[in-house]
Formats: sequence, structure tokens, C-alpha cells
Amino acid sequence: MKRDYDVVVIGSGPGGLAAAIAAKENGAEHVLVIERDVELGGILLQCIHNGFGLELFNEDLPGPAYAQHFIDDVRGHGVETLMDTMVLDITPERTIYAINKGLGYLELRTRAIVLAMGCRERTRAQILLPGSRPAGVYTAGTAQRFVNVEGFMPGEKFVILGSGDIGMIMARRLTIEGAKVERVLEIMPYLTGLTRNYVQCLLDYGIILEKQRTVNRIIGKDRVEAIEAVSVDEAWQPIPGTREVIPCDTLLLSVGLIPENELSKQAGVLLDPVTNGPFVDDRFMTNVPGIFAAGNVVHVYDLVDWVTEAGYVAGKGAAAFARDKHVEPGEHIPLTAGENIRYVVPHKLDKARLAEEQVRLQMRAIAPIEERVLVTVEDQNGEVVAKKAGAYARPGEILTLAIRPQAYELVQKATGLTVNVRRR
Amino acid sequence: MPKKYDVIIIGAGIVGSLVARFLSKYQLDILLIEKEANIGMGASSANSAILHAGYDPIPGSNKALTNVMAVEMWPVLSQELGIGYSRCGDYVVAVTAEEVQVLEELLARGQRNGVAEIEIISGTEMRRREPLICPDIVAALWVPSGAIGDPFAATVAAAENAVMNGVELMCGTAFEDFLMEGNQIIGVRTNQGDFHCRWASNAAGLYADEVMHKAGVRPEFIIRPRRGEYVILDQAEFQLTQTTVIFLTPTDKGKGITVSGTLHGNVIVGPNANFVDSKENKDTTTEGLQEIWEGGNTLIPTISRKHIIAQFAGLRATGNAPSPDPALNYNQDFIIEIPNNVSGLVNLGGIESPGFTAAPAIALKVIELLQNAGENLQEKPDWNPVRAPRPVFRNLSREEQAALIAKNPAYGRIICRCEMVTEGEILAEIHAPIPATTYDALKRRTWLGTGRCQGGFDIPRVVAILAEALAKTPEEVTKKGGQSEFLYRSTKAVDQDYLNMEALI
Ligand SMILES: Cc1cc2nc3c(=O)[nH]c(=O)nc-3n(C[C@H](O)[C@H](O)[C@H](O)COP(=O)(O)OP(=O)(O)OC[C@H]3O[C@@H](n4cnc5c(N)ncnc54)[C@H](O)[C@@H]3O)c2cc1C
Ligand SMILES: Cc1cc2nc3c(=O)[nH]c(=O)nc-3n(C[C@H](O)[C@H](O)[C@H](O)COP(=O)(O)OP(=O)(O)OC[C@H]3O[C@@H](n4cnc5c(N)ncnc54)[C@H](O)[C@@H]3O)c2cc1C
Repeated sequence: MKRDYDVVVIGSGPGGLAAAIAAKENGAEHVLVIERDVELGGILLQCIHNGFGLELFNEDLPGPAYAQHFIDDVRGHGVETLMDTMVLDITPERTIYAINKGLGYLELRTRAIVLAMGCRERTRAQILLPGSRPAGVYTAGTAQRFVNVEGFMPGEKFVILGSGDIGMIMARRLTIEGAKVERVLEIMPYLTGLTRNYVQCLLDYGIILEKQRTVNRIIGKDRVEAIEAVSVDEAWQPIPGTREVIPCDTLLLSVGLIPENELSKQAGVLLDPVTNGPFVDDRFMTNVPGIFAAGNVVHVYDLVDWVTEAGYVAGKGAAAFARDKHVEPGEHIPLTAGENIRYVVPHKLDKARLAEEQVRLQMRAIAPIEERVLVTVEDQNGEVVAKKAGAYARPGEILTLAIRPQAYELVQKATGLTVNVRRR
Repeated sequence: MPKKYDVIIIGAGIVGSLVARFLSKYQLDILLIEKEANIGMGASSANSAILHAGYDPIPGSNKALTNVMAVEMWPVLSQELGIGYSRCGDYVVAVTAEEVQVLEELLARGQRNGVAEIEIISGTEMRRREPLICPDIVAALWVPSGAIGDPFAATVAAAENAVMNGVELMCGTAFEDFLMEGNQIIGVRTNQGDFHCRWASNAAGLYADEVMHKAGVRPEFIIRPRRGEYVILDQAEFQLTQTTVIFLTPTDKGKGITVSGTLHGNVIVGPNANFVDSKENKDTTTEGLQEIWEGGNTLIPTISRKHIIAQFAGLRATGNAPSPDPALNYNQDFIIEIPNNVSGLVNLGGIESPGFTAAPAIALKVIELLQNAGENLQEKPDWNPVRAPRPVFRNLSREEQAALIAKNPAYGRIICRCEMVTEGEILAEIHAPIPATTYDALKRRTWLGTGRCQGGFDIPRVVAILAEALAKTPEEVTKKGGQSEFLYRSTKAVDQDYLNMEALI
């Protein structure tokens, strides 16, 4: 096999597949996708529910169908793929070390890298959930893999902690499979996943969601026998007299996702402590020249369509870098989180970029606003460069907005841009 | 006539396993029984992993004698058994004048116990050695002979070496009673049937009191489980400047909370010490985690809750046995004896901390007791003290990793992404002389599932590997034996008639 590539993509989820296709389409000759699982497609393969592709294709597809579209495209473009292969290490000079059962220890060189490793789930320990340590405590994604890929039910009687999307989707899935979901508990006063999932997965199936309520203790020796639930105040402190022991055999945790950046760190990529993903510019290049990043590895997206779009941008940038062996430094201005915004991706913008195409921003709100809102991108003088109206702003749903080429002139005068979300 | 063993050892924790291993040197038929599905799941799997230097126990007590004796055994033993060992030294730090007083007591006690090179250093010197330490420290006790080990690996390796040398091991075999002829033990009754023996050795940890009571020994001896809780920090996020062990000054409640490096690279914070009502209550609690966190923060103010990747608790087998020397007036000693009111019992009990450290010395004491009781122990000519370690992929150089995969492709597939554990390592444990048959056994042997994602990634894969290797269905694979299955049933089956109808149309 080859040892020298123009672009190597690590991870074959929608972010990685789009990056590989875009790299090819933009002139990179030798493109390789490395995937540790035995199939291409990433997390989509276990997302057999529909709801994918609404923004990009105007179609409501199940995850594997959405992935297949891009898998076919990757094959059609002659992208090389290596599956069942784990990348162990990457260097800032873009040497990649990986292992594979058949091929052994691999050392590859490449002109550009796209990091597309996705994210992992937060665990019981990270939320300091006390009690015993029996079988039957799973993250929602692990349970999803058991049910949808392996074909096994990890329990019969469930409590789900956290109103994240995977948790709600699993509540419906398990109900369809004949299990009983006793309760979904959410510590926050608001939903942390998409409203559409609340309606389609919980309301429609009569599954109870209790907000400002959490699991206080896990009970059971060999297998979970019950959990103790408790209500909490705004500061997450238990409210006396609200404890309830809920008998169940399984506890699913849907308490957040964390971008998977162990490899990125090894290569010297700097991470944003708010997103837990790399600092990126509008081409999704990290601080390390030639190392790009796309998808959930940058920040946790809620819609796959934007992951695909980000993958295209990163792949295009990687192809250009592979060709020119550098990127024009350009004149970058910072994009910062303003009023009621937790973070903005990308972190900086090349002013010249708008001459070519629009630049999409992704943001998360800090506090929910349950009335009509306006998202604005403002320069240092408060001049509005881009704006978008919305029916509400919720921390569980990503806000997105594009700065259009029409704003080119305005942006040339800017020294920095701030994003805000306010009541209209 | 059923087979008659020379010795049956009850309980395969670090104590029972090392007793088996040292006794396997002699021409004896030995059976080691363990009630759990795998060995080493009791206190030996959940402790601080510190090989104490011996400045803490009361001079003259069994704890002090065996602790100090064992300190010099571990370097050799860990070589022979192919397990990790690091003599990194330990510190006890003091903030107040009263605590400095305690350090001086510890220094004096250490010197009486024969602990080498122990000294008190200044706060400034302590801060120079560990800049992360709390700035209020005024002095520290420095004990270069303190070390860290891996109690779980030690238990497995000791038992494996025993098995290699002819010891029989039966897991899932719970002692229920002694078979007695008068006051002579002639065997043990277990949930798997009766087994005859000349000697029985009580190494049942938390349950040692109940075991000895069955023989009518020390009815007044009671073990009260005393729980210690811990958290583990992500090694990628937090490291001490040097791998070492740092204790808060001990109080009446225990040795004091520790922030300590481990052989696996993570920093561990804990334990507290609270009596609990049940010998099975290994729950972690909100209050307990708060307590250890406060202690940890006093030592190292920069540790962050965000870096916690795991929590667990262990139970100390705290007894009420007086020291053999009545002059000591100490009532929490190890029992290491052949009691005089029954024959055929080697009785061990109350083996709380420093029991991991002391275990090899306890094993030598057992041999001595048997010899003193008139056993004519003959060495086996072919006894092999060496148990070779198995490859640990993440600890190898790139070249070694490449060579290993070339030799055995199973080492080319990562099953645990955080700790980089390969399929090869997992299969090696499943097919080891003492097979790992549950997820938790694999976890403790290979360290899979102990990293940031806590098994989220590997569990489905490990369940599949275990099912295939053990010729079980995935629904039969357990986390830790008993009723701890991961999976309940298949998802709804597709109706075969419906498929046939489809085919017809
Ligand atoms: C359970 C779930 C439900 C969702 N539901 C919806 C929905 O209904 N609608 C919607 O629009 N969006 C949904 N999303 C969001 C969307 O699917 C994800 O945001 C998207 O799939 C992320 O793509 P990615 O390419 O960034 O990462 P992933 O799809 O996670 O792909 C990352 C890939 O990288 C591989 N990898 C990681 N590290 C290495 C390494 N060291 N070596 C080799 N390979 C490696 C992984 O195996 C994985 O295949 C859902 C997400 C999840 C998790
Ligand atoms: C929180 C904590 C921290 C500690 N820190 C340290 C430290 O840093 N350094 C140190 O030296 N020591 C430490 N210790 C002490 C040390 O862990 C123990 O002393 C040591 O592990 C005891 O080993 P054991 O074999 O006696 O007990 P165990 O490991 O508990 O083994 C007893 C075995 O007997 C089995 N058994 C019980 N009943 C039966 C039955 N009826 N039939 C068959 N089998 C049975 C059990 O299943 C178990 O496997 C600590 C202990 C705790 C709890």
C-alpha cells in the first residue's frame, strides 16, 4: 500500500466522508480515509431513526441512508479507505501511526490531515453519580449500539438521565422494542436536546420527562435494581423530601458529548476549553499548519447536515494546503461570543474569504429565550454585519447563521466580530 | 475415598493467593477456593495500592512485623511474578504545629520499626520537590522506601504462579462450613460439595470472622467493614510533578487522605474511612466524595473535579483482635495463628491496611506456623518461582508493537480506545492459566474500560469477544459473575412467516 498521501482523513463519519470527497473534488490526488470501525459511516450507522438530511437534501432520511449517500460518493471518487484501523499517533509534521490486524503497524506521511474523530459520551463518573457499581448502567450511545447494531436489549425497565437527543431517541427505540421507560430525568430547568425529539420520542409515546430532577444514587449489587431520584434547585442542590426510589434494571445516561481530541493534542493542536475542540479558522484549519478538523471533533453539532458542510469546507482547505504546501496567511479577525452566546465556531475569519463564498457560524446560547429572538454579528462599532431572526433560542439547539458575500465591504473595516442573541 | 488435600485455602485475595504461591514450593496438594467468579475481587481490587514503608503500625504488633518484613520482599517478588513495582517514596505533610508533632511521632515510630532513611524535611524543600503542593505546608516526613504496586495484578500473578506449580483453583466455590472430627478439621463444605483436607487456611478477608466462628475459634472476634472511597483523575489532564505518594497527616480516623500516583499513570485521591453496616456495601456517596475531595484539595489545590474519570470504594476488614503481645494494648491487629482449641486451622483475620504490603510476609509466617506445628515441608525440585508477564501493548515502543502485531495480528486491533488495550491482550487473559471470564476481571487485568470513556466504547466489543471465546451467547456474558448480565434478550425477531410470504409475492 501507499505510504504518501496528499490528504489523510481520520474518521469516516459524515464529517470525514465529506472532507474526503471535497479534497478529491478540489484536486488532491491521493486521499485516504482511516476508520477504526469495520464499516464506513461513523455514528450514523447506529442512528437508524429518521431526521437526517432535512437541511441539505430536504429529505428525511435514516442515519445509515444518509451515510450511504456519501459512502457511494467516496467510492465513486476513488478515495482509498482503511477500515478496522486505529490511528494511534500523529505528529505536527503530519506523520501518522496506525495499526491494523492484517497490515500491521503503519507509518504514513501526508501533506494535510483532516481530523474527524467525532465525540464521546460523558460518563457516570464525570457527573459524580454515587451508589453501587452494578451492570446495567450505560451511556445512551452504547445502548444504541447494542440495540441497533448488535441486536440486543440491554434491559427491560429503564430510567434515562438527561434529555439529550440520544437519550430521547433511545427512549422511543426501547419502547418500540417492548421495554418500559419509566422516566426521563433532566437536572436543568429546560430540555437539553431538540424540541422535535421531545415531541416525537417522548410526548408521542407517553414517556414522562421530569425537569430539575436527577439521579441521586444507583442501587443494586450485580445488576441495577433501582435508582433514587431527587429534585434539585437552581444550584443543583437536592430539595429535601423529594426523594423517590424508582425500580428499574437499567440506567441510561444522556448527559453530554465531548469532542474526541486525544490525537489532536498529540499533534500540538490547541483546544478551546469551552467547546473542548480545536480553535479553528473559517477553513477549519487548526493552529498546526496543514491539520484541519471537521464535525463533532470541533464542537458537538445537533444536525448532521452542518457536519457535512463543515467537512466539505475542511476537505477543500486541506486539498489547497496539500497543493500549495501552505495557506496564504490572510488577515484574520476574531469571532467572539457576545450577549447570551456560549461559543462561536469558527474562532476567526479570513477577511478575504467572503470574496469567494459565505462563511457559516455555529453558536450555542447560554440561557433559553422563549420568545422571538434576533441573532446578530456585529463589528467593533456595533454595526450589524449579519443577522437572523428566530422563534426562540435554546441551549439545546445550535444557532447557525451565514455571513454572506454581500457583507464583504463591511467586514473589511472590522477588527473583530461579536455574535449576540437577544429578544427582538 | 474422595481426594484429600494437604491444604485448602479459603479466599483468593492477595493474602490467599500469596499463601498458595509460597506453599506451592513444597510437596503439598493444595486447593484454593474463591466464592466469586474470578479471583481478587475483594479488598485486593479496591485499595490505595501503596506498599507502605512501615512507619505507621504500632511497634511490635503483627502489622508492624509483617509490614516491615515485606518491604524488602516486594522488589524480588515483583520481578519473579512479572508485575509492576515502583519505589517512588512517600510523604506525610503537616500544616499546623500539632501536625508537625505527629510527624515527629511517626518518625520515631518508623525508626523503632526499622524503616530506613526516614527523615523530616522543611516546607520549602517539600514545595521544591512538588511545586503543586499546598503553599501552607510547614514540614513533611519523607520516606524513600515507600512504594506503589498493583494489588490486582499481584493477586492474579501470585495465583497463576501457584497454579503453574500445581495448586488447584476453584472459583465460584463458597466455603460454608468445616467438616470436623472432634476438634480436628478434616475438610470444608462448600456450595460445590465437600473437600477433605489436613489443613484449612482462613484467608476470607471481610468474612474471616464468620469462617473462624464455624470452627469455634475466637467467637468474640468481629470484622466491621470500614469503607474507603476514591476518585481517579484523567492522566491526560492531571499529573503530579513526580510520581509519588502524598498523605495528609493521619488523624484518629485513618491514615489520612492521599494524593498518589499509580502504576497505570493516573493520580488517585482518597480514601476516607467510615464504618458501614454491610460487607457488601461498596457504594460511593455524595458526602464521601465531598470528604475525599476536600482532603485532596488541601494537599493539591489545583486538582479539578472536571478531571475525575472514575470513582470507587473498597472495604477494609477492620477487626478487634488484640496484639499477641499484651503489653502493647492494641486491639486492631492482624491475626496470624494456629489456634490451640482446634487442629488443622491456619487462621488469618483482620487483614486491613497494610495488608496488601504485608501479604508476602504473612505467607512466610504461614509456612513458619506449619513447620512449628510439625509439618515436615519438602521442597519440590522443579518449583518455578517465575511467572512471565504478558505483553502490555501501550507500554511497548513502536518497534516492539510492530513486532508483536507481526507475530500475532490480534494485537493489531484496539478494543479499548482510551487505554489502548488490544484484542490480543484480552484473548491472552481469557486463555491464561487462570482464565478471566468476566468483564470486570478483564478490566482489572488489562485496564480496559478504565479511561475517559469508562467502557462506553469497549463494552459491546468485549461482550462479543467473551461470548465467542467462552462459547456463550452474549446474553450470558456477565460484568462480574452472578446475575450481572449485560444483555437481556435479542431485539424483536423478524416474523419468519412474514418473510416467507414476502418471498411468495
Ligand atoms: C446518537 C446520535 C443521534 C443523532 N441524531 C441525529 C438526527 O436525528 N439528525 C441529525 O441531523 N443529526 C443527528 N445526530 C448528529 C450527527 O449524526 C452527528 O453530529 C454526526 O454524525 C457527527 O459526525 P462526525 O463525522 O463528526 O463524527 P462521527 O460520525 O462520530 O464519526 C467519527 C468517526 O471517527 C472514527 N475514529 C475516531 N477516532 C479514530 C481513530 N483514532 N482512528 C480511526 N478512526 C477513528 C470513529 O470510529 C467514527 O467512525 C446524532 C448524533 C448522535 C451521536
Ligand atoms: C480502602 C482501602 C485502602 C487500602 N489501602 C492499602 C494500601 O494502600 N496498602 C496496603 O498495604 N493495604 C491497603 N489496604 C488493605 C488491603 O487492601 C487488604 O489488606 C488486602 O487486600 C487484604 O487481602 P485479603 O486477601 O485478605 O482480602 P480480600 O482481597 O478481600 O480477599 C478475600 C477473598 O476471600 C473470598 N471469600 C470470602 N468469603 C469466602 C467464602 N466463604 N468462600 C470462599 N471465598 C471467600 C472473597 O471473595 C475474597 O476474594 C487497603 C484496604 C482498603 C479497603
